[in-house]
Amino acid sequence: MAISLTENAGDHVRNFIKKRGGAAGLRLAVKTSGCSGLAYVLEFVDKIEESDEVFESAGVNIIVDKKSLIYLDGTELDYKRDGLNEGFEFNNPNVKDACGCGESFTV
Amino acid sequence: MALLQISEPGQTTHPHKYRLAVGIDLGTTNSLVAAVCNGEAKVLLDEEGRSLLPSVVRFRENGDTQIGYPALAEVVNDPMNTISSAKRMIGRKTSDIKTLRDHLPYQFDDESANVPRIITVDGPRSAIEVSAEILTVLKKRAEYVLDGELDGVVITVPAYFDDAQRQATKDAARLAGMNVMRLLNEPTAAAVAYGLDEGSEGVYAIYDLGGGTFDISILRLNKGVFEVLATAGNSALGGDDMDRLIAEWILDEIDHAELSTDNQFLRQVMVVARAAKEALTDNDSTVIKLCLPEGATQDISLNRSSMNDIIAPVIDKTLLPCRRCLRDAGLDKADIDGIVMVGGSTRVCSVKEKVEAFFQRKLYTGVDPEQVVAIGAAVQADILIGNHTTGDMLLLDVIPLSLGIEIMGGMVEKIIPRNATIPVTRAQEFTTYKDGQTAMSIHVLQGERERVSDCRSLARFELRGIPPMVAGSGRVKVSFQVDADGLLSVSATEATTGTETRVDVKPSYGLTDAEVEQMLRDSIVHASDDIQARQLAERRVDADRAISALESALAVDGDAYLNESEHSALLECMKSLQRVKDKGDVDKIKQAINTLNELSGPFATRRMNASIREAMAGHNINEFSE
Repeated sequence: MAISLTENAGDHVRNFIKKRGGAAGLRLAVKTSGCSGLAYVLEFVDKIEESDEVFESAGVNIIVDKKSLIYLDGTELDYKRDGLNEGFEFNNPNVKDACGCGESFTV
Repeated sequence: MALLQISEPGQTTHPHKYRLAVGIDLGTTNSLVAAVCNGEAKVLLDEEGRSLLPSVVRFRENGDTQIGYPALAEVVNDPMNTISSAKRMIGRKTSDIKTLRDHLPYQFDDESANVPRIITVDGPRSAIEVSAEILTVLKKRAEYVLDGELDGVVITVPAYFDDAQRQATKDAARLAGMNVMRLLNEPTAAAVAYGLDEGSEGVYAIYDLGGGTFDISILRLNKGVFEVLATAGNSALGGDDMDRLIAEWILDEIDHAELSTDNQFLRQVMVVARAAKEALTDNDSTVIKLCLPEGATQDISLNRSSMNDIIAPVIDKTLLPCRRCLRDAGLDKADIDGIVMVGGSTRVCSVKEKVEAFFQRKLYTGVDPEQVVAIGAAVQADILIGNHTTGDMLLLDVIPLSLGIEIMGGMVEKIIPRNATIPVTRAQEFTTYKDGQTAMSIHVLQGERERVSDCRSLARFELRGIPPMVAGSGRVKVSFQVDADGLLSVSATEATTGTETRVDVKPSYGLTDAEVEQMLRDSIVHASDDIQARQLAERRVDADRAISALESALAVDGDAYLNESEHSALLECMKSLQRVKDKGDVDKIKQAINTLNELSGPFATRRMNASIREAMAGHNINEFSE
C-alpha cells in the first residue's frame, strides 16, 4: 500500500511548491487533537527525516513518518472545489468515523 | 469533509481552534445574536427555540433581574421597573431625553447627572447598564450554543448614531464582558448578509422598516469596498403605526363610540389589528374576531386591498426620506442596483410593492428581514476574528454631520464634511490672531451651520506653549481623526515647537436622528442668512485685526514717524472703523478697512524703511546679495 495523489491534487501541489519557491515534498501526517481524536497535518517539507517514508505520486514527493503511516496507509489525496471553498481532501480507507466538520477522525 | 490547505512546516493549525465570534443586533424592541458555524451564518436560538430576545429588562427588589420574554410580560404590571427602550436613551444626556421622557413611565434620578439613571426598586440604572444586561443574556446564549468563550463580537448600531451613542454602546458591551471588535452600521450589515460585498461594484438602498423606526441608507460597493453614501429616516414610523391605523378602522367599523375610551378593549383591538396585518401577508382576506363587553362578539372581514388602502399613509411616509436620501447621495433612482429589505414590517406585501414601484428595482427579500442585520454582523465578526485566510473585507461608513472648529468671530470652519467616509483623518492649519499669542483655544463642533451658536459643541481644549510671535506667524495644525467605529479624536500641534495637545471626544450628549435631520434642514433654509452672517463676522475679524495691528504699531513708533496731525487723523479713522464695525454693514466695514489701510500706508512704509535701515546699518550691500 502507499499514499497517492490524484492528478488534480498533484497539479495543485506542484503549483503551490513552485509559488513557495521550492520544497523537498509534501508531508502528510496525523496528530492527536480535535473532538474525534485524530487530525490531519498537511505541510511543506524542507528536510526529510530518517524516520520518514517517501512516496512518489503525480510528480510530487509525499513524505509520511512511520507512525502516521499506520493511520494513513492507502490514502488518496484529492483537490476539490466546494462552493467558495477549495482545498485538499483525504480519502482515507482507515477512517471509521469523522466529526461533523470533518477536521478530525477516528480509526 | 473539510478541505485542507498546505501549511508551512510545523504550523498546522489545530482543528477546532476556531475562534468564536458573534454578531449582535442590539435592537430597540428585539435583539438577536448570530454566528458563522461551518461556513454558514445562523441566528442562535435560546433553549426554547426562539431567535428574538425582547430588549426589555425588569429590575426586582430581590436583585433577581428578568430579561427578555419574562420581563416583556410584566411591562403592563410593573411599568416603573421594566425598561424597554434603552436604545432610545443610550448615550444621551438627561436634557436630551426630556422629550422622550414624556412618553416614558420611568422616574429619573438627579436631573443634572450626565448619564440619566432610571430609579428602580433595585437602585438607579442607566441605559448602558440595561443594555449590558441584554448583551449578557445574548453572550450566555452564544457561549452555550457554541460551547466556548467568545473571543470577539460585532455589534450593530444605526447609521445615524453619534459618537456618544456609539461610545455608550461599547461601554455596555465592556460591562457585559465582551470584546467589541467593531461597531457596524445596521444597513451595512444587511448588505453583507446578502453577500453583496462579493460582487465587484453596485449601489444599493437598504430599506429598514421596523416596529417603531424607519431608516433608509444608500451604500456604494466599489472594488469590494462598502461606502455609505447617505442615510435618512424617521425615528417614529413603523409597523406599530400600521397596527394603529387598522385598529382605528376596526373601531369605526364596530360603531361603538363609547368603547374608544375603554383601555382594555383598545388593547384587544391593537392585538387583533396586528394579527390581521400578519394574516394578510399570506392570505387575501381574513376575519377579525372581536369580543365586545357583555359577552357579545363581532366578526369583521378585511381583505388585502382594503388593508393596503388603510396602511398606505404609513408606507407613503417612508418614501419621503427615500427621496431625500437619493438627493443627499446625488443619485437618481435609476442608479440604484437593488433594494435590501430589512425589518419585520417589510413582510407586508404592499410595502414590498410600493418600494418596488418607487425604485423600480429588484428587491432583496431572501433572508429573514428580522435576522438579516444580525447575520451580516456575524459574517463580519467571523472575518475580523481571523477565521478567513482569504482577503479581508473593508467596510466604510460615513459621519452623519460635519465636524469642525470655532474660528474668530463665532464662525465654524468645517474640517471633515458630512458624509465623509470613515475612518478619516483631515488636518488644517490655523494662524495666531494676536501679537504674542501663546495659547489657542480649540472648540470642536458638529453641525452644518456657519455659526457656532447653531452647531453642537462636542469638546473644548487649549493648546498652550505657542512661542510669542507676531500675529499670523504662529501656525497651529489641527487634525481630526475619526476611527472605524466613528469615534473622534482631535489634536492640535504648534508648527515651530511641535507642542501638541489632543483630546478624545466623548461628547457629553448626543443628537437624535430627528435633531440631525432638523440641523440639516436648517442649514439649507438658513443658507443665505448664514453666508451673510459669515461675511459680516469675517469682516469684523478683519477690522479688529487692522485696528489691533495699528494700535500696537502706534504704541511703539507712533511718535517717531508721525506728526501730530497724521497721528490724530489715523486715530480718528480707526474710531470710525470701530463704529462702522459695530453697525454690521458688510460693505461699509470693507470700505472703512480700505480707508484705514490707505491712510496708514505711509506710516507702514516709514516703519519698514526704518527697520531695513536699522538692519543694514554697518553692513555692506554685498553681504546681503550672497
